[in-house]
Amino acid sequence: MRPKDLMFTIGLMTGFFTLHLLLNSIVPMEQVSVYVRNGNHRLNGHNAHTEPSKRNNSAGNSPNSARILCWIMTGPKYLESRTKHVKATWGKHCHKVLYMSSVKTDFPTVELNVSEGRENLYWKTIRALQYIHQHHLDGANWFLKADDDTYVVVENLKYILSKFDPEKPLYMGRRFKPFISQGYMSGGAGYVLSKEALRRFVRGFHTGECTHFSTIEDMAVGKCMETMKVEPVDTRDMKGRQTFHSYPLDHYVIRQQRRPRPWHMIYDYYTPIEGPNCCSDLVVSFHYIYAVQQYVLEYLTYHLRPYGYIYRFRPDESVEADNKTNRGA
Amino acid sequence: MLSERGSFMKGMILGGVFCFVLSLLGSFSPITESKTEDHHHHHVKAASKDELQQLSESRLQELNNQIQISCVIMVQPKNLVYWAAALDTWTKHCDKAEFYTSESSKALEAIDLNEKDDWARLRKALKHAYENAGDIRWFFVAQPSTFAIIENLKYLVLTKNPEQPFYLGKTVKSGELEYVEFNGGIVLSYEALKRLVNVFQDEDKCPERQSALWKLSEDKQLAVCLKFTGVFAENGEDVHGKGLFNSRSVDSLISESMDQNPNNVVKGCCSDMAITFSSMSPNQMQVMMFGVYRLRPYGHDFHDILTFYPPKGSDND
Repeated sequence: MRPKDLMFTIGLMTGFFTLHLLLNSIVPMEQVSVYVRNGNHRLNGHNAHTEPSKRNNSAGNSPNSARILCWIMTGPKYLESRTKHVKATWGKHCHKVLYMSSVKTDFPTVELNVSEGRENLYWKTIRALQYIHQHHLDGANWFLKADDDTYVVVENLKYILSKFDPEKPLYMGRRFKPFISQGYMSGGAGYVLSKEALRRFVRGFHTGECTHFSTIEDMAVGKCMETMKVEPVDTRDMKGRQTFHSYPLDHYVIRQQRRPRPWHMIYDYYTPIEGPNCCSDLVVSFHYIYAVQQYVLEYLTYHLRPYGYIYRFRPDESVEADNKTNRGA
Repeated sequence: MLSERGSFMKGMILGGVFCFVLSLLGSFSPITESKTEDHHHHHVKAASKDELQQLSESRLQELNNQIQISCVIMVQPKNLVYWAAALDTWTKHCDKAEFYTSESSKALEAIDLNEKDDWARLRKALKHAYENAGDIRWFFVAQPSTFAIIENLKYLVLTKNPEQPFYLGKTVKSGELEYVEFNGGIVLSYEALKRLVNVFQDEDKCPERQSALWKLSEDKQLAVCLKFTGVFAENGEDVHGKGLFNSRSVDSLISESMDQNPNNVVKGCCSDMAITFSSMSPNQMQVMMFGVYRLRPYGHDFHDILTFYPPKGSDND
């Protein structure tokens, strides 16, 4: 072969392989072909799932600004059967999660200087909140208490909290009306203290304004909140549907309810609705959720969905529509 | 020397261009708008995002608007609570939902086939559904203890041609016979149903009454008759190969996943685009309506390519 032809052939192969390597490392070929072929086609559907976009709401806080510290009330007996599944599911969505127990373990659990047992629940809460105040106050601005059989959709809690100022003394959850005049939040459904509310709780025990006067944990916390002038918040959605629940979903959403009315509905501060309008689409919590049900709720919340379905409840759209009319007026 | 370098450069440029052109051609996966060839594989997958994006905007819109499912629900008065639950939940999302009963019930309306035999009753229901199909080209046959997500069924069959015979669901092999399990739901295209209704007339291949000795369950019998017409059962799967039709409940499948994949329970379980679950109690169906059509985390947007609106006059979805 003539040297000229040889150089040509070598050039041909070099060019081919160089471009081949270049193309494979810079741009995936499928995308190039799609761009070329489709031109002005919609390509934003490329990702199956986009991360929460930073939306600013009326309070000026984006939904991502709420940093929630979740503390789970648990014990050695339940780590394997319950808490393990909380850790594997919703615990991951918290900004920070602490597992409170009477014994320190590699789970990891925090050791509170309190023994297990129903009569010690309020002591556990007091010690847990004091511990968090001492070691984790700067790490978060909202503090969620949950049981090891509570299921929480943390994103929906963030959505609610983003409308409020954590420096105000606020207290959220499933509001009950008996015993405390401003009401108190159900323990099992999970309750949230703002940073200021946590400071006031700890201060209350320091000054003696709050004491261990009862073993009924959730009611006793409610009493301290009232004493320290912490405000309970209405966490129902725009349609008046509840977000925190002290029982599993089937206790509320079924049309034909048990009669006489179960005790928890008599306790409800806001008149409970039965059937499909019991609960918000953007639900925050359910209680008495054990093992299998933790994963079932995880699957139903984050995975299983009807493709292409336009949800009836679209809270952001109504806000945007309102904004549009305001600007146009 | 100069001419050699020139040749080299020419060769390199040509090689580069050649490579580029070849790559472009190579990555086209030809999705023709109408499939006419026969298919012999035994699983049917939902279209991938890439495949859907290669369709024109107008074609996609056309498919989205035209896709309709006719639901055939086989009920009996002894299962009245399940019948009522199906009526109040998932069947509201069918474009057409027809209930076929073995005998009439004072409580609920249905097409009374007045037939105790399960297979004979199914035949009658399918024949009626075929004759009253109207413009609908896809049929979903279920029992009331099955919960179905019709939107995900539409996604599965969106780009499939109903003039081709499709017989889909959760496939099971019994000896030589591969059939679709009834309680996972059965999907039939118009062509499959047409062939079936035709073979009903052949008493040798597809008898209406089976002998007491040789009685097959109605889902196996269906597979036998369809096989005679050249229609074979295919497993419905998502883009990852996960089954979309389930003959068990969510709880049961999650429980099994906890044993088999303890470190990855949810992802190791069921598809995000699942179409059916079975052995659901009426209360569980109400819970599923909420769990599927309402419960979600704020801020997760999917940018789906298709659009399906909620049905009118319904409050639990």
